[in-house]
Amino acid sequence: MKILVVEDDVEAGRYLARALTEAGHVADHAVDGEQGLEMALSGSYDVLVIDRMLPKRDGLSLIMALRAEKRTTPVLILSALGQVDDRVLGLRAGGDDYLTKPYAFTECLARVEALARRQNPQSAQLTYRVGDLELDRLAHRVTRSGEEILLQPREFRLLEYLMRHAGQVVTRTMLLENVWDYHFDPQTNVIDVHISRLRGKIERGQGPALLHTVRGAGYMIRDNER
Amino acid sequence: MSAERPGMRQAAGRIFRTSAFRLSAVYLLIFVFFAVFVLGYLAWNTRRLLDAQITETIETEINGLAEQYRLGGVRQLIMTMERRGRQSGSFLYLLVDPRGDSITGNAILRVPALDQKPGWVELPFNWPDETEEVHRLAKLRVFVLPGNLRLFVGRDLEERARLEEAIRRARGWSLLMVLLLGGFGAWFVTRRVLSRVDGIAGATARIMDGNLAERLPVTNTDDEFDRLAIHLNQMLDRMGELMAGLRELSDNVAHDLRTPLTRLRNGAEESLRCAQSLEESRHGLERAIEESDQLIRIFDALLMIARAETGNLSTSLQDVALDELAGGIAELYEPLAEEAGMPLRSDIEPGLKLRANRALIGQALSNLVENALKYGSPPDESGRTGEIELRVRRKDGQIELSVADRGPGIPEEERERVLERFVRLDRSRAKPGFGLGLSLVNAVARLHGGTLRLEDNSPGLRVVLVLPAPVVNDPEIVPSP
Repeated sequence: MKILVVEDDVEAGRYLARALTEAGHVADHAVDGEQGLEMALSGSYDVLVIDRMLPKRDGLSLIMALRAEKRTTPVLILSALGQVDDRVLGLRAGGDDYLTKPYAFTECLARVEALARRQNPQSAQLTYRVGDLELDRLAHRVTRSGEEILLQPREFRLLEYLMRHAGQVVTRTMLLENVWDYHFDPQTNVIDVHISRLRGKIERGQGPALLHTVRGAGYMIRDNER
Repeated sequence: MSAERPGMRQAAGRIFRTSAFRLSAVYLLIFVFFAVFVLGYLAWNTRRLLDAQITETIETEINGLAEQYRLGGVRQLIMTMERRGRQSGSFLYLLVDPRGDSITGNAILRVPALDQKPGWVELPFNWPDETEEVHRLAKLRVFVLPGNLRLFVGRDLEERARLEEAIRRARGWSLLMVLLLGGFGAWFVTRRVLSRVDGIAGATARIMDGNLAERLPVTNTDDEFDRLAIHLNQMLDRMGELMAGLRELSDNVAHDLRTPLTRLRNGAEESLRCAQSLEESRHGLERAIEESDQLIRIFDALLMIARAETGNLSTSLQDVALDELAGGIAELYEPLAEEAGMPLRSDIEPGLKLRANRALIGQALSNLVENALKYGSPPDESGRTGEIELRVRRKDGQIELSVADRGPGIPEEERERVLERFVRLDRSRAKPGFGLGLSLVNAVARLHGGTLRLEDNSPGLRVVLVLPAPVVNDPEIVPSP
C-alpha cells in the first residue's frame, strides 16, 4: 500500500514513514502543505496522512483543494487539537478519519489500513466470510459451520465491523467510534468485555479460534488456517 | 508662566470635549432661541396694541376739535387748543400758518412743518421748556385747513418708548440669566458625569495595574452609571473566577503531572541502569509507554475541564436524543457491570431531547457509570441489592440524568469537595484513577447551563446531572393550515 505522510515536524514525519514502511507499506514524506498537495496530486497514493497545522498551506485547506480536484483518496487527519468541534471541522473539510496527537502507532496503522480497505469495493459485500464463520448483512444472520448463532443487535454490528476489516487490526477506540458512535475515552476495559462475550458466542464450537487479541493494539478476526 | 495654566486649560478642554457638555450646550442654544423668540413676539405685539390705542386716543381728540371747529371756525379751534394745551397730559396741538410760523400750540416741531403731508406721521418734537438735547417723538395727524393752515394733533410717544426700553432691558437680562444658569448647569452636569467617569476610569486603571480585587465604584443611586458599573463588576467577577480557575489549573498541571512524569523518568532510568536482558529493557519501555499514556489521559481530561469551564458550546451543539444516548451507555457498560456483580438497571424516559454536545454528555454519563462501578459494592448478606441505576427523566421542567450505586456513598460534608479537581477521598486512594472524573462531569454540567448534585441513595451515592430542558415545540400543538 502506498501512503503519503504530510507532517511538518521532520522527526515525527520520518518516524511515522519508517514505521509504516516496517509494517510493509511504501511511505513518502512531505514537510509542508504545498509540497504535500503537489505530491498527493501527482502520485497515486492509497491513503494520505495529513497533519492539521502545516506551513505554507494548512492541512484542512490541502484536503479541500484535493477534494476540489475530485480526488477521493482517503485522508487520515492528525491533529494536536483534540477538542470536540475540531474533529467535526476536520471531517467536514473532507477528511475521512481523525486522530489526536499523541497517538499510538498501532492506532494510526490500524486506521490507515481500515481507510484503505474502505476504498476497496469488496468492503460493501453483502456477506462476509472468515473461515467457517459467515455473516449475512441482509438477512441479519450469522452462522458458523452452517449452524446459526443468535447475536444481540450490537453484537451483530461489532462482528460486522470486525469482519469487514478481517485480517486487519481494529483498535478499541475504532470500535467505540464505529460500533457505538462514541467519541470519548472510557477509562475502563469496557470494550474487552463485549469482545469476550462475542467470542464466547462465536467460538463455542470446536473450530479454530477466529477472534484474536493483538497485544497492545486491539483485535483482529482472521482465519489462521489460510 | 506657571505650570498651572496648561493644566487648567487641559481640564477645561476635557470638560468641553465631554458629550454631557455638548448636550448641555445644545440645550442651552435651544433655550436661548426660544427666549429670543418669545420676548421678540411680546415686544412686537405690545407695540402694535399701544399704537392702536394711541391712534384711537388721538382720533377721539380730533373728533372733539372738529366739533369746535364746526361750531366756531378757526377762532373757536384756537381757543380750544390753547385751553386744552395748558392742561397736563401729553397731547400735542400745533397750528401753523402758510409761512410756517406757529399760530398757536404747546409744542415745537423739530422738522419744517410745511413739509408735512396730511395724514399720520411720527415726528421729533420738544415741549416749549426743553432744549433740543431731549429727543422726543410724537405720533401726529396732520390736517390742512382752509387758508392753508396746517393743524397738527398728536400724542407724545414717550410711554411707548419707555415700554420698549423696558422690554429691551428684560430681553437682555433674561438672555444673560439663561446663559448664566445654562452655562452653570452644563458645567455642573458635566463635572458630575466626568467625576463618575473618572471614578470608573481610575478603578479600571488600578485593575489593569494588577489590583485585580478592585471593583468599580457604585453610588447606590441606581442611575445609568451604577447599572454600567454593576455590569462591569459582574464581568470582572466572572473573569476573576476564570482566572482563578486557570491559575488553579496550571498549579494542578504543574503538581499533578510532575508526579507521573517523575515516575516515568525514574522507570526509564532504572531500566537503563538495571536491565540485564533485552526482555527486561523491553518491559521497562512498555511501562514507560503506559505511564506516558496515563499522562496524556490526565492532560486531556484537564484540558477538557478547563475548556468546559471557560468555553462556550455554540459551535458544537446538536439535538441529542437522550434515550438513544443513555440507552447506548447502559448497553455499553451492562456486561462490565454484570461481571462486577453490580447489575446495571436503566430507567430512561423515552422521547427526551436535549440541545447539547453529544460527546461531552456521553463522556459525562460514562464517567458516572465508571465511578459507580469503581466505588459501588456488590450485594452482600445484609440484603443490599448492589445494583447500579442509570435514570433519565424530566422533572420540574428540567432534565435529570442520574447514576446511583449501592456503595458506601459520600458523607454530606465531603460532597462539595469531591467535585474539585484531583480531590480523592482517603478511602478511594487505593483505587485507580486521578480524581478528575466528577470534576469533568461538573464542568460538562456547567457548560450546558446545568448543575451537578450529589445525593444520598441510602445506601450509596446518587449523582444527578440536572440540565435545563429545551423549549418543547410539539408538532401537535402547531395549528394546521
